[in-house]
Amino acid sequence: MTAHPAISTTAPDAGAAQDRPAHIGHPHRRQNALRHLAGRGNFVSDMQLPRMVHAAFLRSPMARARIATLDVEAARSAPGVVAVFTAADLNPLCANWTSNLDHFSGMVSTPQNILAEDETLWAGHPVAMVLARSRAEAEDALEYIELELDELPPVCGVEAALDPGTAPAAPGLSSNLCYRNELRTEGVEAAFASAALVVQADYAFGRHTAVTLEPRAIVADFDPASGQLTVHHGTQTPFQFQDIYARHFGLPDHKVRVVSPDVGGSFGMKLHLYNEEMAAVAATLRLHRPVRFVADRLESFQTDIHAREHHVKARMALDADGMILAMDVDDHAPIGAFSAYPRTSVVEGNQAFRLMGAPYRMREYRGRLNVLFQNKVQTSQYRAVGHPIACAVTETLLDQAAARLEIDPWDIRARNVIPDDAYPCASATGYRFEKLSHQRSLEKLRELMGYDALRTEQAALRGRGVYRGIGLATFVEITNPGAAFYGVGGARISAQDGAVVRLTPGGEVHCAISVTEQGQGTETMIAQVVADQLGVSPDQVKVTTGDTDATPSGGATWACRGAGIGGETALLAGRDLARQILTIAGAVLQADPATLALRRGEVVDAATGAARLPLAEIGRIATYRPDTLPAGVDNSLTVARHFAPSGYPFGFTNGIQAAWVEVDPETGLVRLLKHWVVEDCGRIINPLLVDEQIRGGVVQGLGPALFEECLYDDDGQLLNGSLADYLVPMACEMPDIVIGHVETPTEDTILGAKGVGEAGTAAAGAAVMNAVNDALSPLGARLTQTPMTPARILAALGIGQD
Amino acid sequence: MKVTVEMVVNGEEVAELIEPRMTLADFLRDRLRLTGTHVGCEMGVCGACLVMLDGKPVHGCLVLAVQAAGATVQTIEGLSESGAIADLQAAFHDRNALQCGYCTPGMMMTAHRLLQEQPRPDRTEIRTALSGNYCRCTGYEAIVDAIAATADARAASRAAGGAE
Amino acid sequence: MKPPAFGYRLAESIPQALETYAELDGEAVWLAGGHSIVPALALRLQAPGVLIDISRLPELAGIALTGDGLRIGATTTHAEILSHPLVRAHAPMLAEAAQFVAHPAIRNRATFGGNLALADPASEFPAVARCLGAVFDIVGLEGAREVAAEDFFLDLFTTAIAPGEILRSILIPPQPAGALMRFDELARRHGDFAMVGAAVRLNPDGGLIADARIYFHSVGPMPMRARAAEAALAGRPLSPATIQAARQALPQDLDPADDASLPGATRLHLAGVLLGRILTHLVPRITENAA
Repeated sequence: MTAHPAISTTAPDAGAAQDRPAHIGHPHRRQNALRHLAGRGNFVSDMQLPRMVHAAFLRSPMARARIATLDVEAARSAPGVVAVFTAADLNPLCANWTSNLDHFSGMVSTPQNILAEDETLWAGHPVAMVLARSRAEAEDALEYIELELDELPPVCGVEAALDPGTAPAAPGLSSNLCYRNELRTEGVEAAFASAALVVQADYAFGRHTAVTLEPRAIVADFDPASGQLTVHHGTQTPFQFQDIYARHFGLPDHKVRVVSPDVGGSFGMKLHLYNEEMAAVAATLRLHRPVRFVADRLESFQTDIHAREHHVKARMALDADGMILAMDVDDHAPIGAFSAYPRTSVVEGNQAFRLMGAPYRMREYRGRLNVLFQNKVQTSQYRAVGHPIACAVTETLLDQAAARLEIDPWDIRARNVIPDDAYPCASATGYRFEKLSHQRSLEKLRELMGYDALRTEQAALRGRGVYRGIGLATFVEITNPGAAFYGVGGARISAQDGAVVRLTPGGEVHCAISVTEQGQGTETMIAQVVADQLGVSPDQVKVTTGDTDATPSGGATWACRGAGIGGETALLAGRDLARQILTIAGAVLQADPATLALRRGEVVDAATGAARLPLAEIGRIATYRPDTLPAGVDNSLTVARHFAPSGYPFGFTNGIQAAWVEVDPETGLVRLLKHWVVEDCGRIINPLLVDEQIRGGVVQGLGPALFEECLYDDDGQLLNGSLADYLVPMACEMPDIVIGHVETPTEDTILGAKGVGEAGTAAAGAAVMNAVNDALSPLGARLTQTPMTPARILAALGIGQD
Repeated sequence: MKVTVEMVVNGEEVAELIEPRMTLADFLRDRLRLTGTHVGCEMGVCGACLVMLDGKPVHGCLVLAVQAAGATVQTIEGLSESGAIADLQAAFHDRNALQCGYCTPGMMMTAHRLLQEQPRPDRTEIRTALSGNYCRCTGYEAIVDAIAATADARAASRAAGGAE
Repeated sequence: MKPPAFGYRLAESIPQALETYAELDGEAVWLAGGHSIVPALALRLQAPGVLIDISRLPELAGIALTGDGLRIGATTTHAEILSHPLVRAHAPMLAEAAQFVAHPAIRNRATFGGNLALADPASEFPAVARCLGAVFDIVGLEGAREVAAEDFFLDLFTTAIAPGEILRSILIPPQPAGALMRFDELARRHGDFAMVGAAVRLNPDGGLIADARIYFHSVGPMPMRARAAEAALAGRPLSPATIQAARQALPQDLDPADDASLPGATRLHLAGVLLGRILTHLVPRITENAA
């Protein structure tokens, strides 16, 4: 572990550490996991409230159509039906939403509202809403709704979207271009002109989707007597939705409470606004009773955001020693018929084209991004936004160059990565790096995976007609974003967090904090940080998250910010409380607080460690006997503190992954033999949580590399929208994953933690693509399309193409 | 049309009037409020809804509640209370073999049955047994580790018991 | 994905089930394991008026060795096919194929008869049934009749079972002494519907193959017999050369259509690869026999 001498994660007044366990860095188990093991999870999809009604939606079966007839009368009298709503009923209750962020200048998108009004924009667009006493009855009633649509030609495919002759995907658009941007450094043309080698490839990255095991779930409950709207929402960002529901439905935000209990998987998908959730809120405002919507699996495929479809033409220029001089990237990113709200559908492309070449000393770059409308499901941020694309393009071009120049892939990376002593520095695309550790990570990976032995094994097996491959992928990852990410664009998405920490009358600790938990271990990590500031064990710290009434407002979960930003918030609040406790203790003991410390649940003498007063006594006195404190001593045992990241706009992390695969050239089937990750996410608060985030993230990156794709036909119909046909990674096909760490803390915070949640996903696909291509290289085949299905691998080998 | 269905759930006799179209998963969750059994796909692919029916794991979403008439059903709540999976639960906890927790009850069902039928499965056999249980959070490895650790601990304790 | 409403009757006997079905005049469907009908109902692909539950009828259950062969009750689960000693002894290819069918929890309920009666082109058991020369025992109001596997599978999801009839049992006749059998498939994930699967039975005679039966699934609307490939093996030793000849004859037997995930030409190629691997696997056993 890299210990930065000036940074201590323990409170400065906590004294010598000799008999004080440091919880930060320890693999504490999650106390909040026990209830899941017993089947006592508390998911929104489990909730039943009195008089609750269930929602089902009639959806457009066509990708693009005009509504000719919509008659819901017969459905209103179907058994169990409480109400049937159309756009005329619900949309007026809700202010339109239009996805736009000022810092994406020139971006266009059209206003959207709850139910389709005149036109439908994708197959699955909700047209009518039925509320009934059971979901089954609601679905039955759908069959009584008469819907006639006049089919219109949908926009499908990059070419169609670029063609000015194609009708726009939504009314109000003048073209199918959502956003365009270009980055270019001064010397990029010269770099290509002078290059000893230019390699290039065309890529197609398949559209895919989150497939959280618990589908989207909401129970919206409006009480007209109090004017209070309570929304039980399986989201990772309750504060964002508190703001959205308040603004769009005209309620003051203190009358809107969003509660996010257990969430069965999110991965970014549950950050975004969906028609159905807004419909549930509108319906409860109309009906004055709880309204439940839980997407079934078919609806999930037709409405959850899709992600990550890119068509990329890219070139890389290198000198004769294999040093990367420049990249030139042209990215077409098809989205849905409108940009997602409130985080837009543009960030994926924006990050992809800005992260190209990021680990390397590449000076020149040109990138062009075109984000294009389609009459398909909307797209937006999903775990590792843009990173897998940037990594796959960069890393495969680099391997291509390595092969041409006959330089080993590890060596070419060692030559090109930004040296560990070259910081701070900036990328050719303008990202500023505080301090990364590519060189150390590369060395560590080589040793961890036994690179040389694997190359020997590979060669021996090739001689026997067995084709194994090694693929490397170096990456950087954006974490701990500041307000530069969304706030500057005008979005009401917070990049700061707040915590309220208090000592209970019994001497235990409670921390209410605005970061949230979906199983990654946020509450455990926060407990560890707070425990360290107060000298208690993490089990003594109860952490409350996910309730806008119970915690301060903050950014919650996205872009790997829980540890870096939430942790720092908890640390600062914990230190404030520690100071306050010692002030009271000093008054009680008639000692200078500077001579006291907090250890093992007690106030102790800092120098000798001798126990002076249990924390329970502080709690008792401050709560029940403040009259015994000297005049002027504040008896508060509750502190509140917010923290906004400053310094670097993003906390970049770095890592390197390797995949070891075997490709069967007769069947095109790929066996993932093993996977390695060396990750530098700064100071690690809980290695057990961190490593499992990495593993889960890796598998989520392996899925789209080999299996996952949302397949559309030319009419905008999703062909494989069920779990039988959309292939998610299952246990048999996934490898064991070996993980190593380097720790380069950030100096922007006391805690020094960076983020890690998306790291696994950022590079796993790139590593596998390189590995598959390495395996197939003796056979002259290359893949630049994902997923790398057996059919595509065989096609690359010239099989099955007559 | 409604029918009365009777069965034993977690050791308790239950009788309810239901529509025949109600699945066992929905019956357990919505009628008996045993919400530990989860619903993920409603077509028998994801494994979130596994329950024990007469001692064997089945998909609650594919069994109509009426078809479980007269049967003995055990959900994750009952299995947990019985103590039969205490060591598996502890192993999952120690290894952090769950994150969001949604797949966990189904994983418990599969793991419990696997170790009953095959006390010393190797890692490949464990992965094969898990082939019908979808997890999006963990990437599976920690789950395999936890099941393997449980199998090893049980074998060691049998060996210690046998040695006496 | 909630099913539409339907009525439910628990059958008390086969005659009563058949009569009830007839009375309901096209409104009824059979319910056994439920693992095909329940998803279809959840997807609202079907909306029958009544489900008649035949899953508890003793006449449809059980596995027994009779004078005519191994008789398997239609409600036998896949789990029983996988592990029952009589199946492993007398129809091991069925147990071998069962390993590829879905996952343990599915196998605990889904029925062998239900799978055959559904006749999904991607299912394994129909190909094995044809390869082993199975005979289907069907009962209707007019009585019982037997249909050979060759005549049982008619088209995609279509069998010789007429509306109102029940598949009661399946007979696997004794296989020729010394016959070598193997089932294998190529799938993207364990338990998935296969890209291609094959059931192969070879009758060795001395060191040569007297005759072969080769059936593929997932290559057409029904299990497809590869007669040209069989002919390439008949009367010959099982060697790399004859295996290659069998593979090369396959385009005469199979013409798989393109679908969203796999072009027909690719599927044909995979069929050849699979056949080669199955036959290669059997080579040592032929030479053992000959020795």
